[in-house]
Amino acid sequence: MTAYLIFVAAIAGIYALMAMGLATIWGQGGMVNLGLVGFFALGAYTSALTSAHGLPVVVAWLAGALLAGAVGVLLTLSTRRMRGDYLAIVSLGFAEVIRLVANNETWLTKGSDGISGIASPFAGALAEYANLLNMLMIWSVVSVVAWILTRLLRSPYGRALRAVRDDDIVAAVAGKRVLSYKKKTFFLGAAVTGLAGAIYAHLTSYIAPDGFVPLLTIYIFLAVTLGGYTRLKGAVIGAVAVVALLEGTRFVAELLPGVNAVQASAVREFVIAVALIAMMQCRSEGLLKERHDMANQKGEERDGGSANGAPHVASQ
Amino acid sequence: MFTDIIQQAVNGLMLGSVVALPALGLTLIFSVLGSINFSVAAQMTAGAYAGWMVNTYLGWPLVPCLIAAFVIAAGIGVAGDRIALAPLRKKASASTPLMVAVVSIALNLALENVFRFSFGNGLNSYNFEIARDIRIGDIRLGPQQFRNMVIALVITAGLAAFFNFTRIGKAMRGVADNPDLARLKGISPANLSTMATAIGMGLAGIGGALLAIDTSVDPLTGSRLLLVIFAAAVVGGLGSLGGAVAGALLVGLASELSLLAIPPVYQSGIAFVAIMLVLTVRPSGLFSAKTRV
Repeated sequence: MTAYLIFVAAIAGIYALMAMGLATIWGQGGMVNLGLVGFFALGAYTSALTSAHGLPVVVAWLAGALLAGAVGVLLTLSTRRMRGDYLAIVSLGFAEVIRLVANNETWLTKGSDGISGIASPFAGALAEYANLLNMLMIWSVVSVVAWILTRLLRSPYGRALRAVRDDDIVAAVAGKRVLSYKKKTFFLGAAVTGLAGAIYAHLTSYIAPDGFVPLLTIYIFLAVTLGGYTRLKGAVIGAVAVVALLEGTRFVAELLPGVNAVQASAVREFVIAVALIAMMQCRSEGLLKERHDMANQKGEERDGGSANGAPHVASQ
Repeated sequence: MFTDIIQQAVNGLMLGSVVALPALGLTLIFSVLGSINFSVAAQMTAGAYAGWMVNTYLGWPLVPCLIAAFVIAAGIGVAGDRIALAPLRKKASASTPLMVAVVSIALNLALENVFRFSFGNGLNSYNFEIARDIRIGDIRLGPQQFRNMVIALVITAGLAAFFNFTRIGKAMRGVADNPDLARLKGISPANLSTMATAIGMGLAGIGGALLAIDTSVDPLTGSRLLLVIFAAAVVGGLGSLGGAVAGALLVGLASELSLLAIPPVYQSGIAFVAIMLVLTVRPSGLFSAKTRV
């Protein structure tokens, strides 16, 4: 049971990384990335293949993150003239193409058999300790990434990014280079998602195309919506909640009478989907609301103060 | 080689004409409601199962199967839209259309799992007689595929007549062109949205049933073609109904002709490439005269 909980905690950390990647691209950057699982897979395969060539695991992770980020930039560039909903379709298609390649380019990915025996970062340690160390290491990575992203999003870059998200025409008029902000943001988010994939590959030491289904994207969207889609902290809390929900429903589905295995998994996925729909409807801003910037807050206080409870028109 | 090309082109036109129906539905819904509805895939599957049940349990012929496919898919489509998507659309903000798109994916997943729960993961085939291929020279035509193409063309023609000659059809086009102006003219966008959803989803249902008659039904029947349908709609301009048909035929042709050079597993990759190519050259699609914002 302890081993199971440790593994689940490790997976929650990986989901938390992906959720932070999505919160960056979607919540802060305002771009819908329906291809999360594609970047995750890209990171996983890159890292697995790099480390198979004898490079240290950490270098392999970085390779996975960088490649995913670079592909993210390419995707932003190729969709730069399109409307927002086209990016949604294109990124969805991108994830599908990655899965096709993983399934069919056997020379590179071993096809549907998958790649096994991926090096573990704690190969020397005893099995039970390796899992614990992995889990601790993953959560340390989560903390470091959260710290870096928070610093970035609080910097002038982050403020300009939110201006671009809220109204890119106004931001452009104010002299912000809109495309450059979008590129950087997509790079960051995709790289974090790729890093999550890379770590996942070394945690389970086995990857196959079946592990990279579009469902995973839905899970992360649910996590980010749950926690408040503009907030990194919310993304982490949401990811933990989603993993708890996923693992919890696994036990409940087994207890349902007269239901076979296929039906049990259908019930689980149905519950997840309905939870996402309900979340978006009831509380689309999630558990944590967006915190406003300093300048904004002062503005609100001033407005409130001058009106002194009376309507604006009356005070003028 | 030459007959190969002709053969693949014929196959492409037949695939394209079946894909045209859901692509039309998607475009119709998008142009009236202003947001993408990914759950067209689930409605294709719904139509395919509805037709299959009428065919295998009742033993009825093709036309009642297609009517059942239309009615069931339209019903589920409208219910899903009312329950899951309409409450979100009421929140007016710049990100609303994208939120609706994300939620429609969840809706698609929920429906897919209802089918999986009810019918299992296995393949179910319609119970129609398998006829011999028609041969014209060296070109082979599957009678079922050919019939599918004719049915799709008849429905498309009927739809064109509906939009051009009836009051409701014209009103729907009016709302698609300019919702505010339509409201000023006394057209209620709410009723028309429901009707557009019903017709759009019903078309997806017929498309799914035709596809399933040719192959088989399982919970992923529609989702597997989602990318191709989007490619058709996007290539057509996501707002023009004629464009959706032309886009579907083009994408059908492209994906079948690509088989001459690329392994068949990459067929949905071709749809993706088609989307990228067209949007890079014309960001608002091939057949759209204006950019809708």
